[in-house]
Amino acid sequence: MWVVVWIMALPQLAWSGEVYVAVASNFLSPLKEIATRYKEDTGDRLILISGSTGKLYAQARHGAPFDIFLAGDSKRPALLEREGMGVIGTRFTYAIGALVLWGLERVQGEESLAQMSKGKLAIANPKTAPYGRAAQQVLESLGFWKKLQPSLVRGENIAQTLQFVATGNAMLGFVAKSQVEDPRFKFKGSHWEVPVDMHEPIVQQAILLNRGLANSSAKQFLEYLHGAVAKNIMRSYGFRFLEE
Amino acid sequence: MDFPLIDAEPIWLSLQLAGVTVVILLALGTPIAWWLTQTRSRFRVVVEALVALPLVLPPTVLGFYLLILLGSHGWVGGPVQALTGSALSFSFTGLVFASTLYSLPFVVQPLHSAFESIGKTPMETAQSLGASRLDAFFSVITPLARRGYLTAMVLGFAHTLGEFGVVLMVGGNIPGKTKVISIEIYDRVEVLEYAQAHILSIGLLIFSFLVLVMVYSINRRLPMQVT
Repeated sequence: MWVVVWIMALPQLAWSGEVYVAVASNFLSPLKEIATRYKEDTGDRLILISGSTGKLYAQARHGAPFDIFLAGDSKRPALLEREGMGVIGTRFTYAIGALVLWGLERVQGEESLAQMSKGKLAIANPKTAPYGRAAQQVLESLGFWKKLQPSLVRGENIAQTLQFVATGNAMLGFVAKSQVEDPRFKFKGSHWEVPVDMHEPIVQQAILLNRGLANSSAKQFLEYLHGAVAKNIMRSYGFRFLEE
Repeated sequence: MDFPLIDAEPIWLSLQLAGVTVVILLALGTPIAWWLTQTRSRFRVVVEALVALPLVLPPTVLGFYLLILLGSHGWVGGPVQALTGSALSFSFTGLVFASTLYSLPFVVQPLHSAFESIGKTPMETAQSLGASRLDAFFSVITPLARRGYLTAMVLGFAHTLGEFGVVLMVGGNIPGKTKVISIEIYDRVEVLEYAQAHILSIGLLIFSFLVLVMVYSINRRLPMQVT
């Protein structure tokens, strides 16, 4: 008898104090840091699911058990809101991302791209990853998109894109600044911060999903993202904010 | 929409990859399978285990080590880059290399069981009639093992066609070079283009079903010892 009661209570137990967060790969490392601080401050635990923004969007749309979606763009959260999977009015910009061109050897701005003859240039899949889309826009505005087609390799998300370069399989890669600013990132190399006027701003938005509506910890965490602790961590990874 | 509903390139690429891989695997698998049948060496179990490894390992393990091996700093990719000017990762050749490892058991095991079931007598008879070992192998053993060869070819081909995890890790999703059917399906599903994903998936489903029906018909009288 008690076993039955206990089993029935389990979902509720697991519910309180746990937030399932789907997070774009570029934001995983800062979010891990934020999650640690958040747990210290509130006792609530974040469970992180990372991937490309496009993939997480598709999963959320098909009822994946996420409370919150921290996307790498504003398009997918807006779509979820419109499609009735996200809670209307909860969507906000939590950070503005920056794109860098990174390589293990010396990277000298657009010259490095102009001089690419052999070797591969890694970008994230422009269809599913916002940083990949931004990379495509940069290459287009520099007039290299067509010319560099034979050199392009596409990572499934921005984490795989970084990994292609870090393992020496690609010579250069367009990755998120947050990845190379990660204090645990041990690869030296060098990077070029792409001027922001070369691509549409990478506006990263968060939204509370329907499942999170019943979870008070989820709403509390969204508040926390606005706070100084979270913002300082994000800033240390190279993110900027709307008001700046 | 400016793209056709279905792009033939990934299909053609997958067929090429599977075809090339099967040819290499038959050439490679025949001596391995024959050696396994003939040898009394205690390393036999070691080789058998090595051949069967891709059956149990997750593709991520293979993908991870291939990524390290095939890159321009890798043990395999480095020398190849020095010779040809380009590394193996993100290339069709790299995928052939990966698929050869990945599908090895699907070719070696049917050949091995075919050779085992033939036994020693045909070879001994042929040799007693004055044939050399090599001559006897090609004119006596190979025809006797034709069902094993057919099974090996069909399974090796189908399994390479169904490869996904390894290609996702070392392919780089390049149209015309490494974007094979399974990756194309994944991409389409990701961006919610279900119509295209359905066409390719149903095609692959029917094809794989027919392949297995074929394998089971070939082996109706021979016990299947594939896995």
